[in-house]
Amino acid sequence: MLQIDLWKRVVIIGLCVLGLLLALPNAFYSRVEARNDAVAAIENGASGNGLEEQAARWPSFLPSGLVNLGLDLRGGAHLLAEVQVADVYEARVQGMWPEVRDLLREERDSIGTIRLQRSNGPELRVRLNQHPDMADRAAELVRGLARPVVSLTGAGASDIDVTVDGADVIVTLSEAEMLATDERTVKQALEIIRRRIDEVGTREPTIQRQGSDRILIQVPGVGSAAELKGIIGTTAQLTFQPVVTRTGNADMPPGAGRELLPALDEEGLYYVLEQNPVVTGEELVDAQPTFDQNGRPAVSFRFNTSGARKFGDYTAENIGNPFAIVLDDEVISAPVIQSHIGGGSGIITGSFSVEESTNLAVLLRAGALPAGLEFLEERTIGPELGADSIAAGKIACIVAFLAVLVFMQLSYGLFGTFANIALMTNVGLIFGALSLIGGTLTLPGIAGIVLTIGMAVDANVLVFERIREELRTAKGPARAIELGYDRALSAIIDANITTFIISAILFMLGSGPVRGFAITLGLGILTSVFTAIFVTRLLIVLWFERRRPKTIEV
Amino acid sequence: MRLKLFPEVTNYDFFGYARITFGASVVAMILSLIAWGVMGLNFGIDFQGGTTIRTESSQAVDVGSYRAAISPLDLGDVSITEVFDPSFGSDKFVSMIRIQAQDGQESVAADTIQSIEDVLKAVDPSITFPSVESVGPKVSGELIQTAFIAVAASLAAILFYIWLRFEWQFSVGAVVALFHDVILTIGIFAALQIRFDLATIAAILTIIGYSINDTVVIFDRLRENLIKFKTTPLRDLMNLTVNETLSRTVMTSGTTLVALIALLVLGGDVIRGFVFAITWGVVVGTYSSVYVAKNIVLFLGVKRDWSKPDGNQGNQFANIDA
Repeated sequence: MLQIDLWKRVVIIGLCVLGLLLALPNAFYSRVEARNDAVAAIENGASGNGLEEQAARWPSFLPSGLVNLGLDLRGGAHLLAEVQVADVYEARVQGMWPEVRDLLREERDSIGTIRLQRSNGPELRVRLNQHPDMADRAAELVRGLARPVVSLTGAGASDIDVTVDGADVIVTLSEAEMLATDERTVKQALEIIRRRIDEVGTREPTIQRQGSDRILIQVPGVGSAAELKGIIGTTAQLTFQPVVTRTGNADMPPGAGRELLPALDEEGLYYVLEQNPVVTGEELVDAQPTFDQNGRPAVSFRFNTSGARKFGDYTAENIGNPFAIVLDDEVISAPVIQSHIGGGSGIITGSFSVEESTNLAVLLRAGALPAGLEFLEERTIGPELGADSIAAGKIACIVAFLAVLVFMQLSYGLFGTFANIALMTNVGLIFGALSLIGGTLTLPGIAGIVLTIGMAVDANVLVFERIREELRTAKGPARAIELGYDRALSAIIDANITTFIISAILFMLGSGPVRGFAITLGLGILTSVFTAIFVTRLLIVLWFERRRPKTIEV
Repeated sequence: MRLKLFPEVTNYDFFGYARITFGASVVAMILSLIAWGVMGLNFGIDFQGGTTIRTESSQAVDVGSYRAAISPLDLGDVSITEVFDPSFGSDKFVSMIRIQAQDGQESVAADTIQSIEDVLKAVDPSITFPSVESVGPKVSGELIQTAFIAVAASLAAILFYIWLRFEWQFSVGAVVALFHDVILTIGIFAALQIRFDLATIAAILTIIGYSINDTVVIFDRLRENLIKFKTTPLRDLMNLTVNETLSRTVMTSGTTLVALIALLVLGGDVIRGFVFAITWGVVVGTYSSVYVAKNIVLFLGVKRDWSKPDGNQGNQFANIDA
């Protein structure tokens, strides 16, 4: 008859206690949060300032996981950036020029002289000056430079496509190589954004890849999306390029393989530079703010070995010539090479403020973003608005909770009490599960909890109504309870599976707040089925074993 | 003392007024579609792109002077609405400013927002901007698509699940009822011009979840009764089923509505639209499970010679015990 095995009882009670223990830290949110911060700080080697005292404010044997508060509750900035992956193609394919040039020069006897053409878009266009008919032969040679693409999907494909257009040989990136490049670019951008935000040291930033070329950045506690954009910076592409000439004419045609860039600190001054850099910022290993010999703020930098060698070779060959330090398509400075710089380190001077030099050092150290970012979505939520929302949500939750408790109590008497105990356990379990999986509570998530409070009683209502019916057909109370549970089960399962399907779809569809709602709704369904089927049943059985009532009223 | 909203055993004839109730549903759906078509939906920036700025001030909101301050910036369509909420108190005035997506840029540039904030500060020095949200047209286009897919996928998943667990007539009935709920919700959003954004889609999906929950419980009982009373006419059997499940329907809708109304009144203005949609959906969903879903099943008829004695036997839930 009405029996539950001992081990099942232990498991049910154990799960409830575990869930409630996991939920417990959330009841002391600010204290536990301060403690967790202090513990993290101590682990990182900090001490003093009352950190130990803070860390001791929550016993370490208790769980200390907290529900993360979403941006809409905590305040902060949210950005959705699209990495302009196509930016990279041009640099990548133009970078092949020295290799192509050297190769074709060796074959000068058969194909004659060559010249790099100005190109529009991501292609390398080489014209055969003397023997246009040999273009096919030249293309054949250039094809020999192709390397296999290193990626999972593009296995076996080569990285470049070489075509012939009249006397021109055109090199473009292959489809497979573009995909592989995109993948690398986005990963690199993600890593760099992460490093830059970590440098600022804010709490729990979310930096996630979304889809093929997007990055979602959420940082709590940042004043505005504009500020966050400042931290991420734009591209901070640092290159060292040979200077061809200086000019005051902004419209001067720079010629093939060259570009015209403005000077950062002098209005109306332009430089014509070789497009292919001697060294790029990617080969920097360190950058620090410093001061030059005149006491002006500057940035010192150091190259890795290959960068140092290239830089050393170039400076040795070009003593007396100027070279340009270019940051994001602006010439920061164009010093004349005084001597061979062999050690691979140097200093960038310009008209910086101390703050600017510090910022530039951070940007350089974190590395250049491989491509530009376009911001598709930005949201700023002030902390006060979040606090207001939490306060309102709390009150609404409590009122909803009490109202449902009273309603159930009035409707079902003692059985209502059982259902109410289960309901309270249920809310505890939702928070416990949220803390355990590190879920994020958002404002719609709070609505999800309130909705769950309302709907969680449904399973119990189904059972109780069924018990009432079974009682009317004059079976004994124990039999009626058992039948009530058995017969209500299929309705409970079907009803909750359909709702669960919906919350799964919501989870997949949504981002941010909506996903938070899907999580609480989905967890709420799981815990409410658990509490309704197992917890109330256990309570009823325990009560029944003790009292052995001849009649029951539901 | 027990609260009894209904007598234990009821015997209402739910199909007596089938013409009226079903007709009312059809009329309501048509009206909703008309409202949707004529007035359109007040799409939020999630779906249309653009920027919303929430302002908060200790001085009363003067929409006219806000507008006058912003209009020289030449930002195209700007809408300013004052927000009221009982929780604000007497020295808190809130408004929402909405700016259309600007040509040639995805999210609105920081300096544009800065200039708006500056001119508003000139009008009202105590003004603050607790939230600024900007969505580019690219993302909003995709969000519409995702939202549409999500609603369609939900309906399809439910159609499939009910078909698997019940009969196809039930699944058609359930999905028609869900369409009814979705269209009525869209209708009220169009008629009242409440902001329709991603959260509203989440609410619609929740409504689908709630309504199907309700419908399934009644179907489950109907399936049981179909086996128990093999010769009773379908119409009477349905009436019996609805009467048997009536007190449960009322209890669950009751507790859910109580909880939602608490949230609607006390939960603050930020999620009011979202909660309103769900509350409305619970009312409509409860109605549609009783009056729409079953009418469809009645209309389609159900196979009565159930070869399986127990509808639960042989499926994956047959042997669940607690």
